[in-house]
Amino acid sequence: MGSITLEHVHKSFGGHPVIPDASLQIEDGEFVVFVGPSGCGKSTLLRLIAGLEDTTSGIIRLDGEDVTDQGPASRGLAMVFQSYALYPHMTVRQNIGFPLKMANTDKATAERKVADAARVLNLTDYLDRKPRELSGGQRQRVAIGRAIVRQPKAFLFDEPLSNLDAALRVNMRIEITELHQQLKTTMVYVTHDQVEAMTMADKIVVLNAGRIEQVGSPMELYRNPANKFVAGFIGSPRMNFLEGPAADKYRAATIGVRPEHMRISRESGEWAGRVGVAEHLGSDTFFHIHVDGAGMQTVRTEGEKDFAPGDPVWLSPDPSHIYRFDQSGLALR
Amino acid sequence: MATRESRTLARIMMAPSVIVLLIWMIVPLVLTLWFSFQNYNLLNPITSFAGLLNYQFFVTDPAFLQSIGNTLLLVGGVLLITVVGGILLALLLDQPIFGQGIVRILVISPFFIMPPVAALIWKNMLMHPGYGIFARIAETFGFQPVDWFAQFPLFSIILIVAWQWLPFATLILLTALQSLSEEQKEAAEMDGANALRRFIYIVLPHLARAITVVILIQTIFLLGIFAEVLVTTNGGPGYNSTNLAFLVYRTALLSFDVGGASAGGVIAVILANIVAIFLMRAVGRNLDA
Ligand SMILES: Nc1ncnc2c1ncn2[C@@H]1O[C@H](COP(=O)(O)OP(=O)(O)O)[C@@H](O)[C@H]1O
Ligand SMILES: [Mg+2]
Repeated sequence: MGSITLEHVHKSFGGHPVIPDASLQIEDGEFVVFVGPSGCGKSTLLRLIAGLEDTTSGIIRLDGEDVTDQGPASRGLAMVFQSYALYPHMTVRQNIGFPLKMANTDKATAERKVADAARVLNLTDYLDRKPRELSGGQRQRVAIGRAIVRQPKAFLFDEPLSNLDAALRVNMRIEITELHQQLKTTMVYVTHDQVEAMTMADKIVVLNAGRIEQVGSPMELYRNPANKFVAGFIGSPRMNFLEGPAADKYRAATIGVRPEHMRISRESGEWAGRVGVAEHLGSDTFFHIHVDGAGMQTVRTEGEKDFAPGDPVWLSPDPSHIYRFDQSGLALR
Repeated sequence: MATRESRTLARIMMAPSVIVLLIWMIVPLVLTLWFSFQNYNLLNPITSFAGLLNYQFFVTDPAFLQSIGNTLLLVGGVLLITVVGGILLALLLDQPIFGQGIVRILVISPFFIMPPVAALIWKNMLMHPGYGIFARIAETFGFQPVDWFAQFPLFSIILIVAWQWLPFATLILLTALQSLSEEQKEAAEMDGANALRRFIYIVLPHLARAITVVILIQTIFLLGIFAEVLVTTNGGPGYNSTNLAFLVYRTALLSFDVGGASAGGVIAVILANIVAIFLMRAVGRNLDA
């Protein structure tokens, strides 16, 4: 079991509030991703759950039990750190076995569990190496191995993939998702990368300056962002925002159109502009268009299109996919 | 230094300093060796070849074995106190406390005091049986004051030297302690290790290299401790606090026997090398990688 509840959790560092007031329900077995820009308090929130930081006020419950005043050891959670935090003087075997040793597990059981974890994570051939003799991806797996042997109530990941190269990141993303499907244990995963959030999460928690902006499934957030911040943060490339006369027409302070819902044409459309930079990805092409009086807008088109920089073009939004926001940035329905 | 030419050039350029260094080291060593085989007494103008006689006299000196024992006890005792004490102090100073900067300077200050001065302060202000602070404290509680240098001469010197070297050990161990990543400690905490086990399994292994450095450097200096012995006990009572360096001094300057003292010096060098080899075997691997 591993449900986590935050009730009006507040955290300040030396009088400076980092988490003003967070309430959140995480169900047992869920894969929850905290996403938000750097410095918005994701790590702090995770460390509050872990027990590595004390709450200034508010209550944290694990399976309904108040654990606010318990230390990290007694909460029964496991954490994977951004730097992996492996013990450099221990072999992979000792690293993975460390939590079992601390729990005074008998030798035979501990050895079996370490071997099991190593098999799941493809580390069997590396058990006698030291962390410095491993690649980044292998170190990452050792850190995960150290977390899974204890069979924790929940896993906490703090930007675990940010030190890996792009290709490895995609692999580990899939491996962690598969691990979750196998273990069915609650996972709380922190990242600043919305792609990781979209691809891995059952539930995304979008954070901005310590506030929870919106909670929902990836597609819910993509389809119905509660405000401008979420709309701009979820989806890649970023949503286009237009203000002024363009928005007035739709009775909104700002309208948002995703690049994939923007049409481009030589002949006619709603807004006139000129082609700027074109990014060819093979399957897709992103055109950055200088729209007269509305700045740079991005259009996503499938396949190849032969617009040259400087060409005059027209843009028009897909009328069924226009997001409207009021003065304060809240979505208008 | 990729090519053969540049390597040759490098050798030529380095040669002068290497040669000077070599002469600097070799001449005194060879002279000492030479004197150690001579009958050479400052009271007797005639010198002659002595063979191994000087060595025989030095080794059969009733103080010889005791002084080796004292030297090893002194080194071992000081190392034990400074390493254990240094770790404890470093752990303490690593905590965020009020006035941290001042406390750290205070802890380091004994290192700035010259050894004879430090020894005299301990001898006259702290350990003196008549008016020392320890004696006062003992009297306050109704105990007989301890006459430190008469009753525990070697232990007293160990205390004084340890007091001088504790700051060095603390400083090195504190820097090592501060280089331990916070996340590693937190990971161990998450893994269910309590404070004591975090210390044993995470902190102590991390400190291994720094402890090795402390032991190696201190051993080099502690083998030649002299000033503290001279100003406090003068090697006594009897030979109870005579170490090898002090024995060489006695032989050379109190008996004016240059030959015998040189033999003692050579023996001291050999002993130092034995200790060094033993140490490198025991803890040197901590320095690899
Ligand atoms: N131990 C701390 N002391 C003071 N301020 C902190 C501490 N930890 C984090 N902060 C501040 O809290 C804010 C959020 O930090 P963090 O949770 O690490 O952000 P994120 O992980 O989302 O990038 C930052 O402004 C940071 O400066
Ligand atoms: Mg962070």
